[in-house]
Amino acid sequence: MSGGADLNPPSGPSVHLPGKRGGQPPAWEVVIGMEVHVQPRTRTKMFCGCEVGQPGDLPNSNVCEICAGLPGTLPVINKAAVEACLKTAVALRCEIPRHTKFDRKNYMYPDLPKGYQISQYDLPMSHDGILELDGRKVRIRRVHLEEDTGKLVHAGDKLHMAKESFVDLNRAGIPLMEIVTEPDLRSADEARDYAVALRTLLRTIGASEAEMEKGQLRAEPNISIRRAGTEELGVKTELKNINSFRALHRAIQFEVARQVEVLESGGTVAQETRGWSEAEQRTFSQRSKEFAEDYRYFPEPDLPPLELDPKWIEVLRQALPEMPGARRSRLISEYGLPATDAHLIAAEVAFADLFEATVKAGAQPRATANWIVGEVAPSGKLPTPAVLSEIVKLVTGGSITRDQGREVLHESLSSNRTAAEIVAERGFAQDSDEASVKAIVEAVIAANPRAAEDYRAGKKQALGALIADVKKRAPQTNPKVASDLLMKALSTP
Amino acid sequence: MDTTHMTLAELQRLLHARELSAKDLLSEHMMRIDNVDGEVKAFLRTTPQLASQQAAEADRALKAGNAGQLAGIPLAVKDVLCVEGVETTAGSQILRGFKPPYTGTAVRRLFEAGAVMVGVTNCDEFAMGSSTENSGYFPTHNPWDLTRVPGGSSGGSASAVAAGEAVVSVGTDTGGSIRQPAALCGVVGMKPTYGRVSRYGLIAFASSLDQIGPLARSVEDAAILLEAMAGHDPLDATSSDRPNDVRRDFEAGVKGMRLGLPREYYEVDGIEPGVKAAIDKALEALRRAGAEIVDVTLPHTDYGLAAYYIIAPAECSSNLARFDGVRYGMSDQDAANVTDAYMQTRRKGFGTEVRRRVMLGTYALSSGYYDAYYLKAQKVRTLIKRDFDTAFEKCDAIVSATSPTVAFPIGSKTQDPLAMYLCDVLTLGGNLAGLPGISVPCGLSEGLPVGLQVLAPQWREDVALRVARAYEVASEMKVAVAPL
Repeated sequence: MSGGADLNPPSGPSVHLPGKRGGQPPAWEVVIGMEVHVQPRTRTKMFCGCEVGQPGDLPNSNVCEICAGLPGTLPVINKAAVEACLKTAVALRCEIPRHTKFDRKNYMYPDLPKGYQISQYDLPMSHDGILELDGRKVRIRRVHLEEDTGKLVHAGDKLHMAKESFVDLNRAGIPLMEIVTEPDLRSADEARDYAVALRTLLRTIGASEAEMEKGQLRAEPNISIRRAGTEELGVKTELKNINSFRALHRAIQFEVARQVEVLESGGTVAQETRGWSEAEQRTFSQRSKEFAEDYRYFPEPDLPPLELDPKWIEVLRQALPEMPGARRSRLISEYGLPATDAHLIAAEVAFADLFEATVKAGAQPRATANWIVGEVAPSGKLPTPAVLSEIVKLVTGGSITRDQGREVLHESLSSNRTAAEIVAERGFAQDSDEASVKAIVEAVIAANPRAAEDYRAGKKQALGALIADVKKRAPQTNPKVASDLLMKALSTP
Repeated sequence: MDTTHMTLAELQRLLHARELSAKDLLSEHMMRIDNVDGEVKAFLRTTPQLASQQAAEADRALKAGNAGQLAGIPLAVKDVLCVEGVETTAGSQILRGFKPPYTGTAVRRLFEAGAVMVGVTNCDEFAMGSSTENSGYFPTHNPWDLTRVPGGSSGGSASAVAAGEAVVSVGTDTGGSIRQPAALCGVVGMKPTYGRVSRYGLIAFASSLDQIGPLARSVEDAAILLEAMAGHDPLDATSSDRPNDVRRDFEAGVKGMRLGLPREYYEVDGIEPGVKAAIDKALEALRRAGAEIVDVTLPHTDYGLAAYYIIAPAECSSNLARFDGVRYGMSDQDAANVTDAYMQTRRKGFGTEVRRRVMLGTYALSSGYYDAYYLKAQKVRTLIKRDFDTAFEKCDAIVSATSPTVAFPIGSKTQDPLAMYLCDVLTLGGNLAGLPGISVPCGLSEGLPVGLQVLAPQWREDVALRVARAYEVASEMKVAVAPL
């Protein structure tokens, strides 16, 4: 194909990303495959009885002779981790074989206590699934189970400058699901959307809390570029050290631009692992993969092969909750929500559950969605459906103002009291009674002759000052009723 | 009364009848160790403090009438089994000074039954060897002839029992490492079915082949010790939850049983005439006891040795990766970087045979060679299992010599690893197929003990023990005492 060369005039700008140049076809196509490591929700580690612990735990406080790899110790499979992995596989519509096994991946590193990692090689727990991303199908190559390594802490920050290095084995032996896609993603946006959708799915089915900041979800994109229209894959780089969805997006953007620059200046992309530096906002070379390391995989002799009972898989399949994509469609069709609200709410299973329970308790659906998107989500806290439905009903019914509703919401989140109690305590009952509001309106007009005159003379914005005075004199006055009555009073000469 | 050559069963009776105290029994054994171990060198280290605590506890329990089966019985433990607070080194310098923070399941069960641990026995480094000459510390000598090897790798455990330094001992068997030294030292040694005894706490050599088993002065003693160790362990995923029925029909005899004699074992290359003669006599005794000896064939025997010396090193290359000097054991502190530290620690810490096997195994698992070596060896392993399955359709148990030779002079095979590997030719089939096998003394050749091996189908320790016991009765073999 000659398309690539035609699209790149020799003197033109060397970096142009797909989609950046309007109608012109892109010079380069970005190809991304994702490897995501997810910590399943378990109480204990993959092969021993140690608690999985928390990121801030004292170093080496969740360690026993097994996860420290002491001589003579043996692994025993954590059934809860297998179940979480199978649930994930089922939710990703993977094929699940009857037989699966664990293998040893052999390499030596000080954070790897046994000198091998127990992982899965040629018979993974599941393979060939699909995650739908806004109607596009991302093919899942495999979902398998393995154990995490420990962590090295270097005194003096950088490895080559470190005087001393310490090993923390708290994470050694923590279960990990490795979820690998085919190279089906075509942009940083898609890669990020995939990672977000995967997190939503994992939370929805309860397989993982999938919090990136806690290291429960680690995304490692494999990135290559090729001339648009060609089929052959370019040389890929793998990115590591990505700690947020935002970093994922930026790292991919940076890496794509870097590869374009390398290729367009006549160079070749080196097959390597690159780290993302959050501080410098760039990727840097970590490890060459030109000479693929030989991990000498072989079946883990300490663990008998697993026979997966199809009945168990069927039970897990039946117990699956509604998937986020299906739920989003239903939120639109069943409740008439705008697509953007439905998208945001369905993305968090907690929001979607709150929405439906609140509506069931009698609140109006669109207003409820509005409250969840506008108030609940930014607050980072979840009200009970009872509280939220009360607030939504009070606001839509005109008994309290939206500002008051927000106050009630925040108060209830910190005090656990019902909305009604808070409304009563604060005297928030909103006054919509025409007779009493009319009295206030008349008093306000009398007290602000200048503003009233301005309004009558055609300066419509003068109404604001008058409403403000109404609020000051009687905060519980329904602003809609007040403004209606003000306009009516001022239009009669 | 000299207690140092009595059987566990006899001592059990004396202890429970309170005619003998655990404390006295222990001190007699400690004295015996003092007297003979300077020459035998069965022990890497003794554990007098632990032993007196355990003996005192045993005496209390015996007095209170709630003593376990093994209360007060002096026990020696091979240096590959982790015991909390007791230096455990797998016969290797790389683990010098390592004191495990936990006790493995099999030994823990023996302790719970009241056994008194007198010491840690010598072995080939990481159980790799057939003569105990590969110990990272010193060779052990055969109590029958101190110029000869005791066999291996559980040579210390076998010679300790033969020399009267312990009543029973525990060893491990990956390719014959209990049965072969038992044969060479004139004691009973048994490798159970793979999965019968938990491997938790056993410093792994080859995980799919390793099993812990007893060494003793009689078949009954071996059965008692095995029964005390056996049974499912939640800490070992390869341990079985089958019933612990190893002593079923123990005294039932061999009348009407068919015992298979595999041509490939009977006529194995290099079998000594004296060994063959002892086996012929043993077969005659079994025939007299009512057994029918039938010909069977194990056609893939020749490939067994090759398959074994790929699978075992492959697994060991991975199992031994953890000895890197980072967390425990020897650590080279002068290295410039972490890779050099690994290399220097391992070069200093491991002996020649261990390094040889780590390299062989690493090679066999390498990309490009995996299919030709490891995978092919696993296929051979399947064929060998099938050979045994077919043979067991025609017989109840298989009998053969345990070792083609009697104990050989120290140093005679150390320059020829292949000759040393051939020591296991009659035993490693049982490991590849996961079968239970026992070696029972069957007379002498040139004044040195010969062992009769009985192999039974998986989970049929009862059959192996019953045949071995029947032979013991038929041959009127008394406890063979090494002329030390």
